[in-house]
Amino acid sequence: MAYFIELLVNGALVGLMYALAALGFVLIYKSAGVPNLAQGALVMMAAYLVWYLGSLGLPIWIAIAVGAALMFGFGLLVERLLLRRMVGQPVIMVVMLTLGMEILLRGLIPGVFGAAPKPLDLGIGLAPVIVADVFMNRAYLIGGLVAVLLIAASMLFFRTRLGTKLRAVSDDHVASWAVGLSVERAIGLSWGIAGIAAVGAGVLWGSVQGVDWTLSTLLFPAIAVVILGGVDSIKGVLVGGLAVGILGSVIPGYLDAMVGGSTRDVVTSVIILLTILVRPHGIFGREDIERI
Amino acid sequence: MFYRLSGIRHTSYPAARQLWPIAADRWQVGLVTALALAAPVLVSDLYLGSYVLPWLIWTAAALSLSLLMGLGGQLHFGFAAVMAIGAYSSIHLTRAGVPFEFALLGGGVAAAVIGTAFGAAALRVKGLYLVMATLAMQYLVDWVITNVPAISGGAQATLRTPEVSFLLLPLESLDARYYVALLWTVLMTLFFLNVKRTSFGRALAAIRDKDFAAAVIGVDPFRTKLMAFMTASFAGGVSGAILAFCYYGAVTPEQFGFNVSIQLVAMVLVGGLGSVIGGYFGAGFVLLVPIVLTNLIAGLAGAGWISVSQNLAAHLPLIFYGGMIIGFLLFEPLGLAKIYDNIRKYFLVWPFRHSGS
Repeated sequence: MAYFIELLVNGALVGLMYALAALGFVLIYKSAGVPNLAQGALVMMAAYLVWYLGSLGLPIWIAIAVGAALMFGFGLLVERLLLRRMVGQPVIMVVMLTLGMEILLRGLIPGVFGAAPKPLDLGIGLAPVIVADVFMNRAYLIGGLVAVLLIAASMLFFRTRLGTKLRAVSDDHVASWAVGLSVERAIGLSWGIAGIAAVGAGVLWGSVQGVDWTLSTLLFPAIAVVILGGVDSIKGVLVGGLAVGILGSVIPGYLDAMVGGSTRDVVTSVIILLTILVRPHGIFGREDIERI
Repeated sequence: MFYRLSGIRHTSYPAARQLWPIAADRWQVGLVTALALAAPVLVSDLYLGSYVLPWLIWTAAALSLSLLMGLGGQLHFGFAAVMAIGAYSSIHLTRAGVPFEFALLGGGVAAAVIGTAFGAAALRVKGLYLVMATLAMQYLVDWVITNVPAISGGAQATLRTPEVSFLLLPLESLDARYYVALLWTVLMTLFFLNVKRTSFGRALAAIRDKDFAAAVIGVDPFRTKLMAFMTASFAGGVSGAILAFCYYGAVTPEQFGFNVSIQLVAMVLVGGLGSVIGGYFGAGFVLLVPIVLTNLIAGLAGAGWISVSQNLAAHLPLIFYGGMIIGFLLFEPLGLAKIYDNIRKYFLVWPFRHSGS
């Protein structure tokens, strides 16, 4: 039983950190309707940036702040230079563009900064937290807390004046233009915020597993999170993240010993497939997906 | 003599319906076919085995995917998994004593059955969700192949292809393997050229352009899409089997990973969606350009012109490859086939600017 609870708690915490990686995807999809398959690469890039700034001698907190500012700028730049030219093109073009970006970044960033895994020390420490016989990974615990805080902050952000504008833009581009909102600026802004979310995910995951290109493979669980939670719902990210994290921890915890292989990817794939079969718009998503 | 459209006046339906109504095109096709047939004599074994042969097989695979993506407008991000199913099934069939010719068909059928099963699940949704569903298929198939020892021959194992012969021609020599690959690629090319003119191909194009409009004029979208998935998966499975037997000689699960799926999609996009000549260009471009550019930069660095660190050099292929996809999408979304078409049209009416009609 203790084993089960341990898997459950650690899975939930990992899931929250997945949710953080998925947050950027949802932000961009919500405002621009663009599926950003480069989110995993953005997370990796953010982690590399923070590591590099830290290695220049900056204290880690300042490095994170500077990294967030740089990633915000990078998000704006990507939107301005690449995505804006894709307006009105079929979805395959946009998907392939973000995928091309993912491949480019996956080559460029480790190519420039070095491919060997780099430590990113947040000063969390390695000793597990023990609550009533349940071992919890300290880094996961703090990561989960930070993830909840950041997701809550972005939910609150959507209640501010600026956030309301973004929601209006995500609802209907033409209507937003009609009432005088700048759709371009709103979409650019959401790319910038997705860059900041990538910094959060990159720093947390980088401190857990080291900074290298494998951070970009977070894309796959992040996709499962957004599909399950609903691709345009921030609340869905939280719930989907918890579900994907818990299922991806508990099921392999019992099944791996039986089949002798890492079943985590299988669980993630099955979550995606089942969600698409049963409820394509996810738990909290809006049901306006075209069906045949 | 320069004006290549001169004297082309269609006076009968069969003449107008020809695959290549223009004499210059027929000459061109004939010349390319002759070159392809003579390639084992013209090209050294090294280039034949490591460039021409994979190029042909990947062209066949890219054409299979182009049938689905270009003609049908259905995205598929797990096509390498389909090829893996074909490759593994055909190897196990030949090991069980089935003749190679039937094993190829068996591999295609297995890929078609499994590919269609996933397609049926995925086809309820469109666009982004189809991408995700086929992505999940890629991971599931990968995992099953790796973790079921009966299929992969144990984890981390490579499965050697048994020695076989195709129509009494033993597949030991490079030339024999080249001709089998050439035969399959030519078959795929002819099939693709002709399927565009059948009712099935037209129905697919109608669905790609607007599915409910197609439904209104009496095309069953679900059935047509499912047939497209089946056809493309069959062709992909056979291409995978040919790839395993004629090129790799031994298969491991990594040869059909997610990156290979992306590479295939890139071939189709770089070449030009739904274009036959684009399949050839795209496969060649995606396979060769990263190699050539990496060698070029390594050469420049070796000559001391520029300095490239070991680490950066190792990542150059990925960088070129991603940059190539982005560049094509931004500057020529219709791919190399469109560039070729522009050049061809220019020379077709040269020395005039327009054909007049």
